[in-house]
Amino acid sequence: MASKIIPKKTPMREQPPKERARNYEEVPYGYNEEEAIQEAKRCLQCKRPTCIQGCPVEIDIPGFIKFISAGDFSNAIKKLKEKNILPAVCGRVCPQEEQCEKLCVLVKKFEPVAIGRLERFAADWEREKSSVSIPKIPSATGKRIAVIGSGPGGLTAAGDLIKLGHGVTIFEALHKPGGVLVYGIPEFRLPKEIVYREVDYLIKCGVQLVLDFVVGKTATIDQLMEEYDAVYIGTGAGLPWFMNIPGENLNGVYSANEYLTRANLMKAYLFPEYDTPIVRGKNVAVIGGGNVAMDCARTALRLGAREVHIVYRRSHKEMPARNEEIHHAEQEGIIFDILTNPVKHISDEHGWVKAMECIRMELGEPDASGRRRPVPIEGSNFITPFDTVVCAIGQSPNPLIAQTTPDIKVGKWGNIEADPGTGKTSKKGVWAGGDVVRGGATVILAMGDGRVAARSMHEYLMTGVW
Amino acid sequence: MYKVIKREQIVPNIHLLVVESNIIHKNAKAGEFVVVRADEKGERIPLNLVDWNKNSVSLVFMEVGTSTSKLAAMKADDELATLAGPLGKPTEIVEGKKIICIGGCYGIGALYPVIRMFKEKKNYITTIIEGRSDYLLYWQDKLEKYSDEFYEITRDGSKGFKGHVNDFLVDQIKKKGADLVYVQGCTYLTYLTSQTTRPLNVKTIVGLNPIMVDATGMCGVCRVIVDGETKFGCVDGPEFDGHKVDWDNLINRRKIYLGEEVYSLSFYECERYG
Repeated sequence: MASKIIPKKTPMREQPPKERARNYEEVPYGYNEEEAIQEAKRCLQCKRPTCIQGCPVEIDIPGFIKFISAGDFSNAIKKLKEKNILPAVCGRVCPQEEQCEKLCVLVKKFEPVAIGRLERFAADWEREKSSVSIPKIPSATGKRIAVIGSGPGGLTAAGDLIKLGHGVTIFEALHKPGGVLVYGIPEFRLPKEIVYREVDYLIKCGVQLVLDFVVGKTATIDQLMEEYDAVYIGTGAGLPWFMNIPGENLNGVYSANEYLTRANLMKAYLFPEYDTPIVRGKNVAVIGGGNVAMDCARTALRLGAREVHIVYRRSHKEMPARNEEIHHAEQEGIIFDILTNPVKHISDEHGWVKAMECIRMELGEPDASGRRRPVPIEGSNFITPFDTVVCAIGQSPNPLIAQTTPDIKVGKWGNIEADPGTGKTSKKGVWAGGDVVRGGATVILAMGDGRVAARSMHEYLMTGVW
Repeated sequence: MYKVIKREQIVPNIHLLVVESNIIHKNAKAGEFVVVRADEKGERIPLNLVDWNKNSVSLVFMEVGTSTSKLAAMKADDELATLAGPLGKPTEIVEGKKIICIGGCYGIGALYPVIRMFKEKKNYITTIIEGRSDYLLYWQDKLEKYSDEFYEITRDGSKGFKGHVNDFLVDQIKKKGADLVYVQGCTYLTYLTSQTTRPLNVKTIVGLNPIMVDATGMCGVCRVIVDGETKFGCVDGPEFDGHKVDWDNLINRRKIYLGEEVYSLSFYECERYG
């Protein structure tokens, strides 16, 4: 144990803002071995660690960090993978500051241990050494499970279930596995190669992956249940929200989903080498204050925009995006128009957006979310020219499955209702988790749901008790 | 990967593509479509399902840009990178009605499964296919088989009625009446037909072709304003009431990537032909 604690996290080297704002390479470089060991030694190895309580997938955090501090990286990654099949992903995109790191005992006096960076280090170390080891799979139970959606929740459920000896098939609607990790989160934040490696690992463990299969259309849940003993629905939040203001269907106005899908999944940033185009706006407005909005804004910059604005109706303090993401966006030169709400998109003579009319806001009393409600300041309208607008105000679950599965109970926002303790839906033999249940949430919460459901599915498959 | 069984040019620029699939036929219905991607760098594009069986699906498309040029260059045993479907809402089933079905361009192919379904449901079917000239019309035998009346229209008069579909259609409706008009084809044809039937007050269903990416309701690029409300072409459509569609917006949205499409095609042709 370190005799004297270094008060601050070991810094992580990253691409200089000016340079990275014009390329698609990953922003932070990650720790090298010395940096990782140095950071790992800041961990006090608490007897009763509180950090674990903050982790939705219950990683033995002090356990894996101890191995890193001893330079035993191979056992560090093994320890991580006992609980988390996507450490390279989580090390990058988890909001650790809200979870494990928030509960680190060091927080009382110092910065917490950089748990996320250490997780990323261990996973990257394994990948670079190409020493990925496949766990022993117990003998087959003969049970077959259909996992719908290959996002983080589906992958976690599949990983847990295959390790219990069940037959697992993942059905993915798109042509690449990974769900939001691939179509949503940009390359510079999460290189797709990492996701594909993690999926490969599952395939090596025996998981079957079926792409281009749209459950609800290609086959319904009921049709799948003729062949499978249990179903996990992890189809995410794939229905984009718009603001329902005039001019939203003008050319040049995107949903965040479309903008990011074109850029990430379809690789429109490599057009014309790749066939899918994207509008390369010079003055881009991104509406919203979440991580998705930051991703869109930073993508616009990399697509060559001269000026990118985040337009957000509350203040900095209420922004739902991670501080790290806001910080990175600010460093790269994104302009934040806070307390500003769009009221109208204005068309040029050819039906393209040329400007946005906004109104200034002020903060009133707290609303249901506990955040202060933004109230428009009358008469404060103003017009700013933009040639591209991206609406990143949220999304709700894709309705395809709910529409074609009449006996599954669905909530007000189209979310599938599932028991939080088990993931069971109202339909026997069907579980659900992640954004399709929660609405727009996080990768790690989806993974936590996948794990909870896998446990419950195993119990059901072995006992037959629903 | 999805093996191509056959690809042939039916008439200039219009192709039939038959691709191996042992799953899509299970739920396929008239009026639905699939998404295809020619290769790893390709776009996802929607194509009408024109036929299906337990081994394959058949698609008809028009060669216009890069994606369709890539498809048009395919031959048996080549492979598509993506084939997903069936997608969209199927054609609404009606029974015992008098229906006029109109097809132009790739829409002539797209009519085929719909006419077949309408016929099964004991409707009286008048089929009209149209093109610039006689050499652009196809599948007469296939379509006539399920039609009670069958007409051809060419703009140059080389076959059948000379002129545009609208003149002929007004005449047909006035003389014989119709409960429903159903149209498949380019945006201009669907628009023109809707404008023609509006004053005659005959319900008109149009198969639209907005730009799509995922085609599962996720991205929203295919939004169409119908009756003042924003709908997604891929999951709420692609068929809508032509009298309620905001045509200006639809026609405008079809042009979003016109510049890029031209650029992409020249890039592709340079790569392919040097």
